[in-house]
Formats: sequence, C-alpha cells, structure tokens
Amino acid sequence: MASENGGLVIKPMDQFQVKALFGGDISWYTPTNVTLWMALTVLAATALMVYGARGRALVPSRAQSAAEMTYGFIYKMVEDVAGRDAVRFFPYIFTLFMFVLFANLLGLIPFAFTTTSHIAVTAVLAFTVFFSVTALGFILHGTKFLKLFWVSSAPLPLRPVLALIEVISYFVRPVSHSIRLAGAMMAGHAVAKVFAGFAAALGAAFFLPILAVTALYALELLVAVIQAYVFTILTCVYLKDALHPAH
Amino acid sequence: MEGDIVQMGAYIGAGLACLGMGGAGIGVGHVAGNYLAGALRNPSAAAGQTAFLFIGIAFAEALGIFSFLVALLLMFAV
Repeated sequence: MASENGGLVIKPMDQFQVKALFGGDISWYTPTNVTLWMALTVLAATALMVYGARGRALVPSRAQSAAEMTYGFIYKMVEDVAGRDAVRFFPYIFTLFMFVLFANLLGLIPFAFTTTSHIAVTAVLAFTVFFSVTALGFILHGTKFLKLFWVSSAPLPLRPVLALIEVISYFVRPVSHSIRLAGAMMAGHAVAKVFAGFAAALGAAFFLPILAVTALYALELLVAVIQAYVFTILTCVYLKDALHPAH
Repeated sequence: MEGDIVQMGAYIGAGLACLGMGGAGIGVGHVAGNYLAGALRNPSAAAGQTAFLFIGIAFAEALGIFSFLVALLLMFAV
C-alpha cells in the first residue's frame, strides 16, 4: 500500500465502511454488507444448533458436542451468575451469546465484514438488555427496585453519596456494555490491517509482519470468544440486579 | 499547514486519551494477577471463580473504554 511518493498509506478503518450491496444510496431498507453478514450470522448460529441437535445421538457427533457444550456452558453460567430463577430468561441470553459469538467469528474470515465492530449494532443489543432489565426490575419489585441504589450496608451519612454513584454507574452500563464489544472488535481488526499494510510496504522483509498478523489472528480468535462471553456474563449480572435488587 | 487550533487540540487530546489504556492495563493486570495468586494457593477453588475473574476484568476494562470513547468523541464529534 505504498503511495507514489514513498510514504505509507494505510487505511485501517476502510474495512468498517457500510456499503450498499447492489450500489446506489443507502436508505433504511437498502441491503448492505451489514445486513448480509448479520443474516449469515443468524444462519450460521441456527445451522449449528439445528444441525447439531438433529440426531440426538447418545454418542454425540462433533457438531452435536459443540452445540451441547455451548448450551450447557451458557446454561450453567446463567444459573451460577444470575441465580436459579433467572433460568426462564435463558433463551434470550443464549440467543444473545450465539449472535455475538458468531458475528465476532464470522468477522474474522478474510474480506468479511464484522457487524459487531459497529457501535450502532452493539448499542442496539446493549440498550435492549438495559431497557428490558430495568422494566423487569420495576415489574417484579415495583418501587422497591430503587433499593438497588440505596446501599443499606453502608453507614447512613454515606448512603446518599453512594446512591448518586450507583445511579450514575447504572446509566453508564449500556454505554460500556456496547462500546466494550465494538471497541475490542474494531481495534483488533484495525491493528491486523495496519500490520498487513506493513507487509505490503516492507518488500523483502514481508514475512515479519505476516508472522505478526498470524499471531494477532490467533489472539483475535481468543478475543472474539472472550468478548462474546463477557457480553453475556454482564447481561447475567444486570439480570441478577433486576431479580434481586436489595443489597 | 492546514486546519485550525481547535482541530490540533482535538488531535492532541485524542492522543492523550491513550494514557487511559495504561490505567486499564494496571487494573486488568491487578485482577488477573490476584486471581492467579489465589488460584495457585488453592487450585481446587479456582475453577469456580473464573466468572468473577471475567466480571472483574470487564469492570476494570470499562474505564479504559471510556478513554477510547473520549478519543472517538474528540476525533469525530468535536
């Protein structure tokens, strides 16, 4: 990617551009690369679960083991983190995990588009969690839900200050929840692109950046799974607060 | 020479926001290091605490993410 006057021109953010699939202007109904890759994400997640659970064999195949292990892993996490009575929300949390996981992993395919690198996508997921959890808290506990902000174990003079901090941290939740995922995905892909640009610019020593990109790719695989896990576990933590608001 | 002093300030500020990464790094390292220290003392209890490890890392990381947010705002919103 060396430019004409010899300098480096690396455009690591170009890969995040939203483009219309069939050309033309982008409106709310235009099929873009984001819609395409989101549809593929849903297809891939559905395919794994449907194909995996199809045989119901006693000795599971590889697909069935993968499907069963993810299911069991998330089920146990919901039970451990959010409590036994949170299990009725398990389908939603599992759907969230599968969507984020597959969006992250599909984004790692070369030339693919990472839908979760856009704050618009992750913010929708995070704000849905935020609003539904808040509504759930008020539906289950009424105004007693506000006890969440009143730390009764703290000394009385400290409680108003703590309440203020708790309220602020409560409303910041969806922001950090969404930007964590989008930021991790965006940063990882941008770094990979920068190193790929080095490989094009270095000429004979091109193998050094390619080794670095390979190592980064392995790290990104790890990050993709961990970020999906963190997104889901935080959903469970917020859900626990809605189910058991008292401190 | 192009641009103006506001843009220059925004770019410098966006660069300074990177310092927030250092704080997040210290926080995440502290969580992970203490987890490892505890896990080596009592390996049988380690497996049950990995969820708390990740929650702790996520919360420590959130502050670093806010510095990233500040950088983004300076670059694209100011």
